[in-house]
Amino acid sequence: MTRPVLEARNLTKEFSGFTAVDDVDLLISEGSIHALIGPNGAGKTTVFNLLTKFLQPTRGQILFHGEDITPLKSAAIARKGIVRSFQISAVFPHMTALENIRVALQTAEGSSYSFWKSGNSLHKLNERCMELLESVGLAEFANTTTVELAYGRKRALELATTLAMEPQLLLLDEPTQGMGSEDVDRVVALVRKAAQGRTVLMVEHNLSVVSKLCDRITVLAQGAVLAEGDYHTVSADPRVREVYMGSAGSGERGSQGAASDNVEAAQ
Amino acid sequence: MNQSVNPADIHKAIVEQQKIQDRKKLMVNGVLLLLLLAAPFVMYPVFLMKILCFALFAVAFNLLFGFTGLLSFGHAAFLATGGYTTGYLLSNVSGLTTELGIIAGTATATLLGLAFALLSIRRQGIYFAMVTLALAQLVFFFFVQSEFTGGEDGMHGIPRGELFGLINLEDNLNMYYFVLVVFIACYLLVQRIVSSPYGQILKAIKQNEPRAVSLGYNVDRYKILAFVISAALAGLAGSMKSVVFQLASLNDAHWHMSGEVILMTLVGGMGTLLGPVVGATFVVNIEYQLSQGPLRDWVDPILGGIFVLTVLAFRSGIVGAIETLVKRNFR
Repeated sequence: MTRPVLEARNLTKEFSGFTAVDDVDLLISEGSIHALIGPNGAGKTTVFNLLTKFLQPTRGQILFHGEDITPLKSAAIARKGIVRSFQISAVFPHMTALENIRVALQTAEGSSYSFWKSGNSLHKLNERCMELLESVGLAEFANTTTVELAYGRKRALELATTLAMEPQLLLLDEPTQGMGSEDVDRVVALVRKAAQGRTVLMVEHNLSVVSKLCDRITVLAQGAVLAEGDYHTVSADPRVREVYMGSAGSGERGSQGAASDNVEAAQ
Repeated sequence: MNQSVNPADIHKAIVEQQKIQDRKKLMVNGVLLLLLLAAPFVMYPVFLMKILCFALFAVAFNLLFGFTGLLSFGHAAFLATGGYTTGYLLSNVSGLTTELGIIAGTATATLLGLAFALLSIRRQGIYFAMVTLALAQLVFFFFVQSEFTGGEDGMHGIPRGELFGLINLEDNLNMYYFVLVVFIACYLLVQRIVSSPYGQILKAIKQNEPRAVSLGYNVDRYKILAFVISAALAGLAGSMKSVVFQLASLNDAHWHMSGEVILMTLVGGMGTLLGPVVGATFVVNIEYQLSQGPLRDWVDPILGGIFVLTVLAFRSGIVGAIETLVKRNFR
């Protein structure tokens, strides 16, 4: 295995007596697409929030390229190169698509406190914005206010914004959630493209997406790691079938939406 | 779908559109400027100055409320601090020229703004409003208790003095043009801030704060800067007001004043540049007109009614409503 980009040790989060994340160890190796799966309430999003410090871990350590980043704040972690997306589409709704991306580029550009400068000074970033928009097929919507974009396009825009940060590690929280099958295929292609030269950790409900994309899978249940391995190892694991598919589950249906159906069945 | 869309063309269109918008802005600014230059020959200058001071106060407040999304309920503290500091210095330091007194008042309000910001910025929504209200009440009690403010009686007879030691400000027309210059400078500054690279980040924070954090922005610092600039401009408004009326009183520090500036901003249109100016003009006029007539005891309930009506029916205020109308009919 190649060296780990991100490592979490004994990661634990307790909410007044309830342990949402219980002693989780994670090892994300460089260049991989790693999936975090599990039934609703397994603590996947909480793990994301802990890794990006949107929540403070109760115990545990987070290492990025071997460096302890546990004490850093969210914004500092993002600047280090760990950029996350959100479960619900995270865009700036009343800015144009181009402006959305430009906000991400401004982090590195360093004029973000310049309240005396003309807004036109940002035009020099527009070329890069257009490239990024083109890479997700949104060039023609550059000047459209984001709130008017269709859901799938918002998610594509969000991905492009995230990529504008040139992240080393991309954390995607359910990138295909709430999408029709056509959009799902597009997102799968986008994620695959985005993953070139990068490491990706994603929470995903859609097992067919996971099987297509991911090199390695960690299954969470009730806050703890239940199993880990590639898709075949994990899907063959009886414990995983038990919690994820429900004991009556007879094999993988594979089609879009099957995963969430199964999760409901398991509860 | 991808029918020969050339990114370069789109980009060109965007820049072109920006230029048109800039030109429109310039035109509106020009018309406004002409009106304001001519106004003192038609209306009473002191009344106009009152409008300008409140308009500046509301513009300052709107930078924080309308453009950053932070509802401060303590902006009276900055207005009053500016006013009292300038009033005290001009009354007690002989030889101090007016502009230095105003600068000192503004600086004091700026520092107070920094203190407020550091104590309140981590709170969200209603909690932020409550912390700023509590801090402003502390400031109010300080002014009530202090000797130098004259307590309930207020601070009277503040000399207007001479601008740069040269221009006599006792003359209402001189005073008016001085207030106008300061107002225009501040208005243009806020216009610049809103469209600046920094303004883009404020917009982003207002629209989706967690996302701004995840893009690497230390949002607290951006908010603190906005708060401090807003407090500084509010302090400047207070300083000017105390010079214009030669009076600083507890009214300016009272939480009613914090409420009134919210009213002005909402009625005029929050998050628009012109909104707070229109709102301040509207509210000051209504208050004046009503206080002259048989309805003088009904000023507060009537303003309250207008407030309710705005919040329920005209969320985007007067300017917002006009903008929508123009967009609907002329495109």
